[in-house]
Amino acid sequence: MDETFSRSRDINSPAVWQQYTSVAILLAALFLVLVAAQYMASAYLQRVIVTLGLDIMLVVSLNLFNGFTGVFSLGHTGFMALGAYVSAILTLPLAKKATNLPDLPPWLAHVQLDFLPAMLIGGLFAAMVALLIGRPILRLSGHYVAVATLAFLVIVRVVLINATPFTRGSRTFSGTPPFTTVWWVYAWVVVTIYIAWRILRSPYGRAMLAQREDRAAARSVGVHVLRARMWAFCISAFLTGVAGALWGHYILSFSPNAFYFSEAFAIITMLVVGGMGSISGSVVGTILVVLLSEVLRSLEGGFTLLAFQIPPLYGMSQILMAILFISILIFRREGLLGQREIDLTRLLGPRRKPKEVMPLHDES
Amino acid sequence: MSFVEYGTQQFINALSIGSLYALMAIGLAMVFGILRLINFAHGDLMMVASYAALFMLIAGLPFPVVAALAVIVAALAGMLMERTAYRPIRGAPDVAMLLTSFAVTIILENSAVLTVGSRSRAFPVPEFLSTVYHFGNLTVASVNVVAIITTAILLVLLTLFVTRTDMGVSMRAAAEDLVAAQLMGININRVIAAAFAIGSALAGVAGLLWTAKVGKVDPFMGFFPVLKAFVAAVIGGFGTIPGAVAGGYVLGFLEISLQAILPGQWSAYRDALVFVILILVLLIRPNGILGAREREEI
Repeated sequence: MDETFSRSRDINSPAVWQQYTSVAILLAALFLVLVAAQYMASAYLQRVIVTLGLDIMLVVSLNLFNGFTGVFSLGHTGFMALGAYVSAILTLPLAKKATNLPDLPPWLAHVQLDFLPAMLIGGLFAAMVALLIGRPILRLSGHYVAVATLAFLVIVRVVLINATPFTRGSRTFSGTPPFTTVWWVYAWVVVTIYIAWRILRSPYGRAMLAQREDRAAARSVGVHVLRARMWAFCISAFLTGVAGALWGHYILSFSPNAFYFSEAFAIITMLVVGGMGSISGSVVGTILVVLLSEVLRSLEGGFTLLAFQIPPLYGMSQILMAILFISILIFRREGLLGQREIDLTRLLGPRRKPKEVMPLHDES
Repeated sequence: MSFVEYGTQQFINALSIGSLYALMAIGLAMVFGILRLINFAHGDLMMVASYAALFMLIAGLPFPVVAALAVIVAALAGMLMERTAYRPIRGAPDVAMLLTSFAVTIILENSAVLTVGSRSRAFPVPEFLSTVYHFGNLTVASVNVVAIITTAILLVLLTLFVTRTDMGVSMRAAAEDLVAAQLMGININRVIAAAFAIGSALAGVAGLLWTAKVGKVDPFMGFFPVLKAFVAAVIGGFGTIPGAVAGGYVLGFLEISLQAILPGQWSAYRDALVFVILILVLLIRPNGILGAREREEI
């Protein structure tokens, strides 16, 4: 065991080099695709690529909590809202602040931050709220957590609508500087996946998985269940908050309605389709669902099929997605990948034995 | 307005809103008690009943007939929901069932958008539901009185059903222990279908009363009431009918008193406070004020 561990850390070992090379190839491929998209893709396709990145980030960070700890949060969209609003308020140009948000308290009215600090503060704010509500909520189990986090989502919405000096209430918050580029988004996608991947292999990640599989057994070997869940909850809230900030600086005008039930449901669908507990599953699930819903949405406006005129059916795409979602829950509850991973870091050469990769992970 | 008058006024308001929450919470609790399914789509049955009533009223049917038919439509919709979406997933983990009910909500609401449009429509409230009585300084809307009386009658009928009929007793047995009930020869599928039918019919009644109160229908009208009913059911200890009723009235009184106590600028946060209370109840008394089940906690 010790030997394996030190060998895998050895920078000169062929396995590690192979892994680094694979990651480098993947990143280079991603870079090339994005560059190509910058110059060749239509505006529509570029929008799809950015939303896809944002969704991947949201789904992977939700998975970091729901999938790794086995406790189901329905309230992550609330963290997304917090990140978006905090970052938007902090970056709003002073002149716009005076006109759009005249009632801001003085300590906020004269602040104008750059993008990176603002989105980090947005993420940290979400993580702080997670810390605050996590302590009571994460003591609960099963669907009690789902219910309590759903309550959190409703609370966030009510607060956003009523905290008019900060958010303009239910009216549209506009004037957000358009900072988000495809590079910001995919840099964060890479960071998010890296964080999730490292956590999964860290002692904290092992503790999360252990208490997911068997609470009593995990506790008996010294896993602090609440602490393991809190780590996952706060990190996941941070990343979701940052994703919210990125989203806000991309969409530019938004209202509390954007961060509610249908957004939460869309993200959960992607998570369940891909398979909870699998990082690569999250990525695959998101890509599939985003592409499918784009196709459905484009058909929604009506089209001609073999001389039959299909009338516009607005709402149809959502219905079909929901039916797909129910079918997955009935027929393939573990999602496409379950808790397995597609190991792209080993593109070259033979696969290593799974035991060495992640012992706790592939028992089911 | 004197203190007594103000008190009476608020008491009637609380009782009336509490009645609606109770009607909704019963359906949630019946289903949860048997299947451990939190049926989020329960609220959409209010919408189904209200639209059914709207179109029958437009077609010119008299209100009593319309009301009865709309409630039957809601009951049938509930049974259909169970048969198509919930039966295949029966026995799955709690969260999977909860997520299924979210998907059912999306399907129902978008089907409504697809067929009748997403804009809200005015509901022709019959006169006996839209009059306002004045007693001195007191103003009492007839719909509130009707809501209170209707709910009281339905509660009596429901109690008789649950205690005096075979189906009612089977239902309570199934809620206590599904497997044991099955071993005793109870046809579980029929019991569950009946639970959905009754719960949905009550949701239909609540929907009509709600619509009569608000005067309009839209595809998303069930969303907030079901969340509130949810809180009510949790307060009462999820899974028991008396608990759901008690929780409904407690929530009604809680909301009205919050409205009375909170100073003007804070009263908008009332709904947030209601959900804070939900989280508190889950923490302190996860079995609710009347519940007696074991606590599930880490």
